[in-house]
Amino acid sequence: MRSPFDLSFRLKIPLWGSLLIVVTTLAISTSMMVQAYNDVRSDLVSSASSLGGTLAQTLFPAMLHDDVWQATEIIRASLHGGRESNVLRPELVFVLDREQKVFISSQPQTLPLLADIRQRGEEYRRLVDWIATDAGLETRSLELAKFHRIYVATPIVDTGAYLGTLVTVHSKEALLARFYSVAWRGLGIGLVVLAILLPINWFWGRRTAVPMVQLTNSIVDMAQGRASHLLPQNYTHRDELGRLFEAYELMVEFLQDRARLEQGMIRAERLAAIGRLSAGIAHEINNPLGGMLVALNNFRRRNGQDERALATVSMIERGLHQIHEIVNAMLVEAKGKARDFAPQDVEDIHQLLAAETRKCQVTLQIDSNIERPVPLRATLVRQILMNLTLNAIQASDRSGEVRCTIHIAGDQLLLHTENGGKTIPPEVVDHLFEPFVGNRESGHGLGLWIVYQIVTQQKGQISAESRGGVTQFTVNLPLGDPA
Amino acid sequence: MVFAGFMFILAVLFTVSATDAVEGAGPIRIGLTPTIPNDQYRVIEEWRLYMERELERPVEFVWRNSYIETMDLLRAEKLDYAWICDYPFVYFKGQVKLLAVPLYQGRPYYQSYLIVPAADTETTSLAQLKGRLFAYADPYSNTGYLTPRYLLAQSGEDPDHFFSKTFFTFSHRKVMEAVALGVAQGGAVSSHVWDTLLKTTPELAQGTRIVSKSPEYGFPPLVARPSVSETEFRTMQKLLLKMMVNEEGRSLLRRLNIDGFIAGEPSLYDRVDQMMQVVGKK
Repeated sequence: MRSPFDLSFRLKIPLWGSLLIVVTTLAISTSMMVQAYNDVRSDLVSSASSLGGTLAQTLFPAMLHDDVWQATEIIRASLHGGRESNVLRPELVFVLDREQKVFISSQPQTLPLLADIRQRGEEYRRLVDWIATDAGLETRSLELAKFHRIYVATPIVDTGAYLGTLVTVHSKEALLARFYSVAWRGLGIGLVVLAILLPINWFWGRRTAVPMVQLTNSIVDMAQGRASHLLPQNYTHRDELGRLFEAYELMVEFLQDRARLEQGMIRAERLAAIGRLSAGIAHEINNPLGGMLVALNNFRRRNGQDERALATVSMIERGLHQIHEIVNAMLVEAKGKARDFAPQDVEDIHQLLAAETRKCQVTLQIDSNIERPVPLRATLVRQILMNLTLNAIQASDRSGEVRCTIHIAGDQLLLHTENGGKTIPPEVVDHLFEPFVGNRESGHGLGLWIVYQIVTQQKGQISAESRGGVTQFTVNLPLGDPA
Repeated sequence: MVFAGFMFILAVLFTVSATDAVEGAGPIRIGLTPTIPNDQYRVIEEWRLYMERELERPVEFVWRNSYIETMDLLRAEKLDYAWICDYPFVYFKGQVKLLAVPLYQGRPYYQSYLIVPAADTETTSLAQLKGRLFAYADPYSNTGYLTPRYLLAQSGEDPDHFFSKTFFTFSHRKVMEAVALGVAQGGAVSSHVWDTLLKTTPELAQGTRIVSKSPEYGFPPLVARPSVSETEFRTMQKLLLKMMVNEEGRSLLRRLNIDGFIAGEPSLYDRVDQMMQVVGKK
């Protein structure tokens, strides 16, 4: 079984709060009840003492004259008057003489005159023993819990002459009845307090616990590699919990950034390795290839070759040229005349792609803010734009629209293409810039590889995103020095 | 001589007027004892006003708690009249003059009731109360003191040691209270008081049970101090006897639970005298 300490905060906070509230309410109520009981009891004892003192004074002459009836009338008077339910009124009053015999009693049927009180049961025996323990002249009280009564004994004394003891007996029933009425009231108030505090506590406890639990679950997810943002408006207060939420959000951002960065780095390293490998292979192929093409050329110039041999050589030569083209395509090198990219180049691209757009029934929109040449090699930028836009046109749906944006933003040239069509699966997107990975059946699969090589050589950045039927490529190229 | 004669006449006149002032003009003082059954202050006050109107003199009632106090006042001539018990009348024979005897149920007699608490259903005679607590009314009461002591003496018991303890309540009514309450296990009261309280305060009378009734005795009389002048004595006696014949007087008598007054004879109280001889003056 789970320990209550292992419960979720969702339960633990409200439960502990409720427990505390209940315990506090009980403790306060109990202390108030004890206080109330003591107050009632002390009222009773002090009232009985003052009654005893007064009665003892008036009883002295009656006792001195052995006037039973006058004494009886005196104690009877003390039992009358006031409200019927007067807690302070004694239940029984009697006077013991010096021999502890009953001189008078307010209930002669149960406690007859002249009776030896010791013979009237344990209660009175204990009472008389208690009276006998201290023959002082003070009024004293005794509580015999077993008999539910409180006894107040007052010696009947005048100028040191002791005639007997007046005993007033108070039922604890009346005392308890009054105490219970106070206790019930206290209980009622306690319940009202609980009825108010418990729901507030429950509401507040859950309000505090639920975001904490969500946060905990999110952190556990994060530890397992599934960092995700929390629902907005989870917790809007600016306390420690609120700051924890903020810190969590920052941490998620940081982790996601780092993950992206790591992925980008891995990809870049992989592409760089492929680049180095392919460049090496291309050089290694190009050298013998050049020799072979020269040899074939020499062979053809030599006379006396039959037609069939020439046809074969020619076929080999075409194959070798194709190999040469592919290898050269992999070796992306800045070639040609160094000229700055100019607005005219944008026009050229439009012209060059016109046939393809017609063929694919696609609308091409080129948005350019280039008004004068920008310091980037025109051939490279043209190559990038041609490859990306051509890809976009070919990937676009029929009657779709391809957007191409060419913007100067600060010290960067921003190229952006966007097309509708099939979404490229994420696992393909990750390898999009590798050679021979193209998403299409046609083409040699080197277009994006070339674009990537150019962009990285120009210290720019390229990113691809395909989601919800829209594929976008974004290229940032830092502007170089004007040509 | 003439002057001396004048002075003599003046002195005589002065003495006569002074005597008149004491005899005729001053208030008449009447002592009351707990013979009166209930604490009937209201009817007594109305009786006093009735007397004042009839006598055309102020009347004062003087309440005392015990017979002996009233008797002392009477003997000291602080009172002119008193309503006492038959026993003190006999006890102080010759020191007071019989003024009138009330009629109770048409006759000048009453009895002593021996009572026990209503809860006591077993006691049937005084003898069964031996060793118990007993409440007397007053040491100068016949029905509340002398009678039970006489009965005990008659049966050969010593009245002083027959009961374990006795006490006086100085009132018949309070004897009933003491018995009803159980403070005493027995008591003796006047039949007039018991019967009256049965009507006015039945719960008190019903708290007691009558065990036995004594023979009849002369009803507690109204007496006068012997020095009251004959004229005044007669006037007062006439007033009392006349109460039966007018409506206001009858109304007062009814409320006092008596029927009227007669002049009465001291021989009515001979039985008490005999009892006193047996028990002794104590």
